[in-house]
Amino acid sequence: MNSLWLSHFTATSSIGRGLGQTLAALHQRRAGLTPCAFDTVDLETFIGEVAGVDEVQLPAHLADYDCRNNRLALLGLMQDGFADAVHAAIAKYGAQRIGVFLGTSTSGILQTELAYRHRDATTGAFPADFIYGTTHNTFSVADFTRHYFGLSGPAVVVSSACSSSAKVFASARRMMAAGLIDAALVGGVDSLCLTTLYGFNSLGLISEQACRPFDAQRNGISIGEAAAFALLERTPEYLDADAVLLLGTGESSDAYHMSSPHPEGLGARMAMQDALKMAGLKPADIDYINLHGTATQSNDAAEGKAVTAIFGAGTLCSSTKGATGHTLGAAGGVEAVICALALQHGLLPAGLNTRQLDPTLDLDYLLENREQPVKHVLSNSFGFGGTNCSLIFGRADNS
Amino acid sequence: MILTAYIEGIGLLGPGLDNWPDSQAVLAGQAPYQPHKTVLPPPALLPAAERRRSGAIVKLTLATGLEAISAAGLDAASLPSVFSSSGGDGENCHAICEMLASDDRQISPTRFHNSVHNAAAGYWSIATGAMTTSSVLCAFDACFGAGLLEAITQVVVDNTHSVLLACDTSYPEPLYSARPIPDAFGIALVLAPQRSAQALAQISVSLTDASADRLDDAALESLRRAIPAARGLPLLRAIALGQDRHVVLDYLDNTRLDVAITLC
Repeated sequence: MNSLWLSHFTATSSIGRGLGQTLAALHQRRAGLTPCAFDTVDLETFIGEVAGVDEVQLPAHLADYDCRNNRLALLGLMQDGFADAVHAAIAKYGAQRIGVFLGTSTSGILQTELAYRHRDATTGAFPADFIYGTTHNTFSVADFTRHYFGLSGPAVVVSSACSSSAKVFASARRMMAAGLIDAALVGGVDSLCLTTLYGFNSLGLISEQACRPFDAQRNGISIGEAAAFALLERTPEYLDADAVLLLGTGESSDAYHMSSPHPEGLGARMAMQDALKMAGLKPADIDYINLHGTATQSNDAAEGKAVTAIFGAGTLCSSTKGATGHTLGAAGGVEAVICALALQHGLLPAGLNTRQLDPTLDLDYLLENREQPVKHVLSNSFGFGGTNCSLIFGRADNS
Repeated sequence: MILTAYIEGIGLLGPGLDNWPDSQAVLAGQAPYQPHKTVLPPPALLPAAERRRSGAIVKLTLATGLEAISAAGLDAASLPSVFSSSGGDGENCHAICEMLASDDRQISPTRFHNSVHNAAAGYWSIATGAMTTSSVLCAFDACFGAGLLEAITQVVVDNTHSVLLACDTSYPEPLYSARPIPDAFGIALVLAPQRSAQALAQISVSLTDASADRLDDAALESLRRAIPAARGLPLLRAIALGQDRHVVLDYLDNTRLDVAITLC
């Protein structure tokens, strides 16, 4: 593929608002997970909650979009001068030549969950101020974003559970290659809600501790929330040495089970191989893998086998979900930004909370931070329904 | 920028529209449109356990997708896919939200995994054995246009066949009052990068700010407006009429799709 330039990017999660706080947290090995005190949730678990989301005020003309997910989206867009970069791109390319591709799994469903608590006792009707289309509907965050910036190009939400905001890079790549747009606002936003907390609990997949990816004693995920964005543009002839490029995408389906990965990680393998092929790279060219690494028994076992099958045991890797929690539909976007920081700052982040690595898996899993030059990284995102996506990023001076 | 692909197979299921062959005369205005509630066939291709767990959106997706792929004479396992739906499984969403508002919040694991927007895509891959890529999209009322754009960019850029599955199902009350989708409706299209003996029509798609075409028949027009996936009906009507035509399909509030249709 022709590489694409991540001309601007930003992430807001429980470990920090924007790149500065996120990088500092990674350097300091600081996790954002705390015992769950969200809403009325009575589950014993840890969550990665973003502070101050409910204080965010949407502009008055977009008040219909008001919900936790869009507040978090706006908080994220305000960091690192990202909104200014979008305005500059509009001036350069035109509002109709910029696409919006955002991932989310649950969008603003919390708004509907709350409305169900306040139904009319006689008629069962929702409170009068409930608006479905601009809050709960899965498209809401992309629609909010395009209206916030006044964009009129193609816009869509990708909602394939926990691969959503990795797959937006693949959809944007195709639409840019087709010539329909000149730039793409990609990313993911997912926010805390009862559906995912009680849903993952029903499957026995949430841990009562802060999650421990790839630990021998791992016992489930910690749910987090996040907003992450990147602006993709065609790679110009001259770039700074540390500019970050999207080099390859790989997508596949397990065709196996709705909520369990293929036990040998067959679909995951296909996604990683396709990304390498598109990037024109060999496994040995990858310096670091940001694993999906949810800390469920089945994901980490299947992903570990898939990684070893392609890379052997010698490629440095970690899951950063011990820091951020599993931000579900935002995870691919957050981890793409962490990969970009790894490339620019030569920082390979350790996996947090992991005490004893699963001895049945043959991986070079980072338990301590490593600082070294980094040329190419791969990020994995997998999800319910057996959806898989791998992304490869590289530095401009090595690509 | 104009993107061109070839339609090799069509699947259609909705109120009073039982399949593509039987619906052509209705869409062409040669037979009366007689709406009745959409009849969803059981998903025979799914293993028994998954069949029991699958909701209306899964049945609708399988029925329309398999109709289109069978007409194209292709193997579903080999096809990349694009699923576009404005809301997923409404009954399931209602059941979860009701439980979460009650004293007993222990929703069932099946309810939860059926709640993901890509549930139909997951069941589809299990039923067909397709390990290919699958884009799962939502664009509220713009779902048909968003799906068509995603599928045609797959076809053009990656030089591959792709199957588009645009499907919507209704919500029960009280969600129905907030999102009044009256019935299940789906369109599936198999798109190909090159013309073949199977090709029914060439389509050339570009963005436009012209207004979306309406359907002459009042009942069909009300269907087009009521269900996002039915915004693709003017394309199917043009093919049913058997003439080369231009149609404008609804998409976003300020952007529509111009589709030039040349019959093969």
